Amino acid sequence: MELRPPVAELIDVSRVYRMGDVEVRALDGISCTYREGEYWAIMGSSGSGKSTMLNLLGCIDRPTGGDYRVRDISIGTLDDDELSELRGEHIGFIFQSFNLIQQLNVLENILVPRFYLETPGSEAEDKAVELAERVGLADRIHHRPRELSGGQQQRVAIARALINDPSLLLADEATGNLDTQTTREILELFDELHQEGMTILLVTHEKEVGARAGRTMWLRDGKLDRIVEREPVA
Amino acid sequence: MITGTFIRTFRLGVKSLMLHKLRSMLTTLGMLFGVASVVAMLAIGEGASKEAQEQIKQLGSHNIILRSVKPPDDPISNQDTRVSNYGLTNADFDRMSQTFPWAEDVVPMRILQQEVRFEEQALNPRIISTVPNYLEATGRVMYEGRFLNERDQINTANVCVIGYEVSRQLFPFESPLEQQIKIGPDYFTVVGTLLPRVPIGSDQPAPGDDITGEIFLPMSTGLRWFGDMQVKIRAGSRDMEMVELHEIIFKVDSGDNVPIAAAAAREMLNRYHNDQDYEVVVPLELLLREEETKRIFKIVLASIAGISLLVGGIGIMNVMLATVTERTREIGVRRALGAKKRHIMWQFLVETVVLSVGGGLLGIALGLSIPKIVEYYTDMEPVVTPAAPALAFGISVGIGLLFGLYPAWRAANMDPVEALRHE
Repeated sequence: MELRPPVAELIDVSRVYRMGDVEVRALDGISCTYREGEYWAIMGSSGSGKSTMLNLLGCIDRPTGGDYRVRDISIGTLDDDELSELRGEHIGFIFQSFNLIQQLNVLENILVPRFYLETPGSEAEDKAVELAERVGLADRIHHRPRELSGGQQQRVAIARALINDPSLLLADEATGNLDTQTTREILELFDELHQEGMTILLVTHEKEVGARAGRTMWLRDGKLDRIVEREPVA
Repeated sequence: MITGTFIRTFRLGVKSLMLHKLRSMLTTLGMLFGVASVVAMLAIGEGASKEAQEQIKQLGSHNIILRSVKPPDDPISNQDTRVSNYGLTNADFDRMSQTFPWAEDVVPMRILQQEVRFEEQALNPRIISTVPNYLEATGRVMYEGRFLNERDQINTANVCVIGYEVSRQLFPFESPLEQQIKIGPDYFTVVGTLLPRVPIGSDQPAPGDDITGEIFLPMSTGLRWFGDMQVKIRAGSRDMEMVELHEIIFKVDSGDNVPIAAAAAREMLNRYHNDQDYEVVVPLELLLREEETKRIFKIVLASIAGISLLVGGIGIMNVMLATVTERTREIGVRRALGAKKRHIMWQFLVETVVLSVGGGLLGIALGLSIPKIVEYYTDMEPVVTPAAPALAFGISVGIGLLFGLYPAWRAANMDPVEALRHE
């Protein structure tokens, strides 16, 4: 059985913070490969290194040791502009507090990552409308974020994450601010995206949320504790 | 594509500013008043100096004016009756008209003190006996009739040309032409009237004098009827004055030669006059001095305006720094979504420029209306040069860029990880 190509690879990655004379090893020698179409949960208690992991996976931080590759591009070799470009092109960010831009309406919010790509095409707006429909907000595209409920805002954020057809959807406690009902709806949306072949990494500390994913990566004290696979490696 | 990006950035800037309308409005006030003061001050300054220049130009920028000045009283000869003999002489006039190569016209003038009567009316105007060239040298304009001519001169004719003021007082309802007015002991026929000119400097009648207007006589006629001697009766003493010429207008052939001619005239008078009984007025020199004053005035205005613009700029920078801190999270999100440093930089820079240009445009509008108000309430006429609003606009763009640079740089160089964690 042939393995699907890797989207992102952690190779013996460590991240050390220096606070005065004290060295804090937030991540220590982690290796892992995320392949196309896989649905991962990254779990651990607070202080286990989840946040640091998320920053590295999202390419807004760099490892101090080892290598991290996205689509076979080693991020250690990139400068700040190239790294920004890589984020825009390959990573779809979803945050716990939605982080929509208040002065823009739904459609404009969805288009933000598009705007930072080198050539914003004219078909971009059609695509944004399409994505708004996809997440069930077709009738809200001219509303401002503050006029939407939490669940709706997170849907906008998901549409925004998808606008550039990213290689990787990276969700940080995406349901942390939502009630149970809305949480279920959002997670169902993730399931659908997963079925359509999207690679999803879900950082969370809630077991029920993590349970949706086919694979779970457990962190403890900055080290890879264990990997649990619930579905067969295809 | 670049313009599309710019328009989007511009619209984003406007939207972000509209999120805090009151704050943005207050921030632009500094720029508004700074720019308004630049535009208004320039207009008023320009108007003031233009007025002065108009007056100087009326004297003729090619002219050199020599005047007789009575030297200070000699305390020893303090008698009841004295004869003072001073001033420019006919010899001065001859020397100038014959030897100065730059002379286009040299016009002698004598000023007589005589009462003028017509029917019941009496006046004390300046009576000037001069030559026909006067009109051309001073560039004055006839209202009706003709000026003195050569024939009047030769015939010692009893004719006169009267100024507008005299004409209005003596002949309010009829044409003064061909009327006979009495000057001193004799009758003179009016042959023409002149348009008025704005009096300037020492030309202006002193408040005590009831000199209104002017009357022009042929040189020869003036000499024949009134001689060289003028008698002034003053508080118990009788002053007699011998002045050959009261004024000489020397018209130089070209503006470039005015300084040389003025120097030569001063040199010549200095040699032949023991006392300082004359003055040399060079309108061109006054004009240059006026230009210099204007330049200094402008520098002062520019410094004041510059300071107010600086204060405005600092105000904008202050608010933008607060805005950047307040929107740290937005910056982090944008960076995470693929924004490069320069995208963030431009976003905040454009926002600052929109703020300062907005203030600038309002300031130009206010600055253009202030001169109108000044014009309405005073008799000053401010002149708005098209350069002033353009300059003010340029300055407000420049201030926006300059004072936006640091906040934008701070925003662009935030660590995305830190920025995202910011509450």
